[in-house]
Amino acid sequence: MKKLLDIKNLSIDFQTAGGLFRAVDQIDITCDSGEVLAIVGESGSGKSVAMLALMGLLPWNAKVSAELMQFDSKNMLAISKKERRKIIGKHIGMIFQEPMSSLNPCFTVGFQIVETLKLHLGLNRAQRRKKAIELLELVGIPAPETRLNAFPHQLSGGMCQRVMIAMVLASNPKLLIADEPTTALDVTIQAQILNLLLSLQKEKNMALILITHDMGVVAETADRVQVQYAGQKVEEQKVESLFQTPHHPYTLALLSSLPERADGRKLPSIAGLVPGQFDRPPACLFAPRCSFATSLCNKEVKKQSNLLGQALCNFPVTYTQQKNAGAKA
Amino acid sequence: MAINSYQKKNSLQKQKQKRNLRSSVLAEFWFYFSENRGAVIGLWVFLFLVLIAIIAPFAAPHGPVDQYRDALLVPPVWQQDGSWKFILGTDAVGRDILSRLMYGARFSLFIGLVVVTIAATGGILIGLIAGYFQGVLGTIIMRIMDVILAFPSLLLALVMVAILGPGLINAMIAIAIVLQPHFVRLTRASVINELSREYVTSARVAGASTIYLITRTILPNCLSPVIVQATLSFSTAILDAAALGFLGLGAQPPTPEWGTMLAEAREFILRAWWVVTLPGLAILITVLAINLMGDGLRDALDPKLRRS
Amino acid sequence: MLGFILRRVGLLVPTFLGITIITFGFVRVLPGDPVLLMAGERGLTPERHQQLLEEFGFNRPIWQQYIEYLGDLLTGDFGNSFITKKPVLDEFFTLFPATIELSLCAMLIAIAFGIPAGIIAASKRGSILDQSIMGVSLVGYSMPIFWWGLLLIIVFSGWLGWTPVSGRISLVFFFQIKTGFMLIDSLLSGQKGAFQSALSHIILPAIVLATIPLAVIARQTRSAMLEVLGEDYVRTAKAKGLPSRRVIGIHALRNAMIPVITVIGLSVGTLLAGAILTETIFSWPGIGKWMVDSISRRDYQVVQGGLLLIAAIVMTVNLLVDMTYGLINPRIRHN
Repeated sequence: MKKLLDIKNLSIDFQTAGGLFRAVDQIDITCDSGEVLAIVGESGSGKSVAMLALMGLLPWNAKVSAELMQFDSKNMLAISKKERRKIIGKHIGMIFQEPMSSLNPCFTVGFQIVETLKLHLGLNRAQRRKKAIELLELVGIPAPETRLNAFPHQLSGGMCQRVMIAMVLASNPKLLIADEPTTALDVTIQAQILNLLLSLQKEKNMALILITHDMGVVAETADRVQVQYAGQKVEEQKVESLFQTPHHPYTLALLSSLPERADGRKLPSIAGLVPGQFDRPPACLFAPRCSFATSLCNKEVKKQSNLLGQALCNFPVTYTQQKNAGAKA
Repeated sequence: MAINSYQKKNSLQKQKQKRNLRSSVLAEFWFYFSENRGAVIGLWVFLFLVLIAIIAPFAAPHGPVDQYRDALLVPPVWQQDGSWKFILGTDAVGRDILSRLMYGARFSLFIGLVVVTIAATGGILIGLIAGYFQGVLGTIIMRIMDVILAFPSLLLALVMVAILGPGLINAMIAIAIVLQPHFVRLTRASVINELSREYVTSARVAGASTIYLITRTILPNCLSPVIVQATLSFSTAILDAAALGFLGLGAQPPTPEWGTMLAEAREFILRAWWVVTLPGLAILITVLAINLMGDGLRDALDPKLRRS
Repeated sequence: MLGFILRRVGLLVPTFLGITIITFGFVRVLPGDPVLLMAGERGLTPERHQQLLEEFGFNRPIWQQYIEYLGDLLTGDFGNSFITKKPVLDEFFTLFPATIELSLCAMLIAIAFGIPAGIIAASKRGSILDQSIMGVSLVGYSMPIFWWGLLLIIVFSGWLGWTPVSGRISLVFFFQIKTGFMLIDSLLSGQKGAFQSALSHIILPAIVLATIPLAVIARQTRSAMLEVLGEDYVRTAKAKGLPSRRVIGIHALRNAMIPVITVIGLSVGTLLAGAILTETIFSWPGIGKWMVDSISRRDYQVVQGGLLLIAAIVMTVNLLVDMTYGLINPRIRHN
């Protein structure tokens, strides 16, 4: 059976003053209805860029190439702008990191929701208003009738994110992409928004792609996890097995930098920085920061099988290794 | 003796470092400035105009007020009846237009330079005071600036010249007065902005005096917007002076000032296009060159507006 | 909202007093006898001199004179012209509609062409179209408009003979002035060809006067649009699947208009300054030409009154612009 979203071998280059910069390097992404996929990585690892490419929202200086970019059996690479607009916003919804600035400050919340309804569902004026109120109720906004006339600056960040979710859900999308939806919010609000997203996902049997850098969020929400580093997919596993036996050293490092997993007094961190445009390692991009790296890692890097989480690593970590490492510490 | 030479060496080294720093700042500035093609063109045109203004007494084919009574309203050389003696033709009293335009460049650049110097010096001083003493004094100063800005600038200059009496010097004073509130506002805003920064506090803690603080610490840090404003004011000054000349209140005939030349030529607009077209073209080219440079300067000096 | 307005108006009071001090002082700072200066070069008999001194109160203490001046202003007495003997305020109001008509037409041209030009340039950033629009607008911005007017006269009146050189309407038409706006009055008169005549008279001066505001508006619109197009909410609008027409024309433009409105408001001063030159070139009977003529006739009473009235108008317009912010920018309205 075909997956709802199937992306193969996607690469994205940006033309910059200093030449081409590869933001996304040959990654595959798949996601199916009712599934929650988490894409994890540090900032600059190309998580958002890949999704923006799917939405056609990249700036003009971005060059997208892929073997396959299929959504709902439609080839997203070949369709016209007009056809794409019928899909994005309607069947694929996306919410962003900064809810306050993602809503237009000059228009009321109601206007912005109704606009989406009008675009994708038609309906008459009264129906649109009714539906907008329903949506606001659905995302747990109290007194929705009055909130329709509120401007974004009159709402809190959490409220704005709820409005964004309501707006995106207006057209019953098959796929919802949430790009760090809780990063800009207070810790107490974060959980509420995540729970809201998950319950809506279950209720509507949507596919949900959650982009985040927070392993804690991943653990609570995702079915499947895909780890990205410097534009490459370095590992992909089901969430339980990923947390039990991460195969890529980077994933391992990410997990051991979680506060709740720290066993010493000091919070472990990953030394060094994500490589930039001008200091890109020749083969394995993580090699300079990796404690397992040998000289081989500067010559070539091997992609491991499904059994080892497709880890992009010459020396994937195994369960026994971890045990030993744990014993040593 | 040894200590002395060591100190000397040390201070020499410091000087060298300072020079290196300065040249790297200049290099960076030039890098951003030269990225803007229009700005570079503007710079070249401007330098060319400066050159013309300098060499006008030697290079101009005729004197700026020499009248050739046998050659009135001669058209430019490429037209019928044109002659190589008067390459751009003559005006209604037989003066060579090319020579007058070349001398006119001296006036326009001189006007721009003097007006900007007066307006910027005065404006920066007043702005520093208004920014540093933010109490009653600062408020009063800013109110006065608001009052000046409430008048359309050309109208105020016009009325001032009417009071002071027509003439180039008075026109320049009037334009400088109407332009300086912009410098006051800019300087004051930057000073207030800079005063709240930590480096000022630390300089104060280190015991810097007020004067030292203002001249050495704050002023250099708010110079960029002032330089950009100065370029814009340069072109405004040239335009306004020409406008006053055109209205008969700036430079008086037979001064070869471009605006005044236009005023004298007005009655011939339908008979001899060149007496009207050429002085105006000269104004336009000069102002355009300066504005192009101004755009480039802003790109190069203002990191906020720099393309990221 | 009412408090906001009152506060703004309150802030204007000291500025307005400052303006009156300038206009009051302007006749008095002149070296020499103000009466002689006002009378100009025509000369006066000693009796008439004394009489005028009394009439204007120049022999009283300066502060008394100022208080009296303020009192006169409050009752709408701006003095009488030396030349025509008519009240300055009356002259002003007879001529002002001509200037408003010209300025409004110029502003309409500037907005109608400037904003679309800026939007196009911003949405096609870096293209040849963008570069040419910005190049042309920089030329417009650098234009000595008095020369530009003469140039247009040479081409359209001289060579092509399409437009008249001066005035507001051809002298063959005569009708009742109702609104003071020639375009409207000529339509109301119902006379054939009157409106066309009025239109052909206003078109060149309006273009000339529109040139600099047009360039400024185009440049400002472009930079505001470029800034706004990078904002998150524009990305949201695109992610909704809205066509780019709506993304640019509704979501981006509404936000980009906030700084553009400021610039339009600030252009009113530029426009009145430009009107001085434009009206002089095209013999347009408005307050700009009136001021220039009064200066050359040394009719200082008119200069004084006109200066004050024009400054007051600029101030009022700036106030109105401040208020329209509230309508466009909800964040200001709610503060």
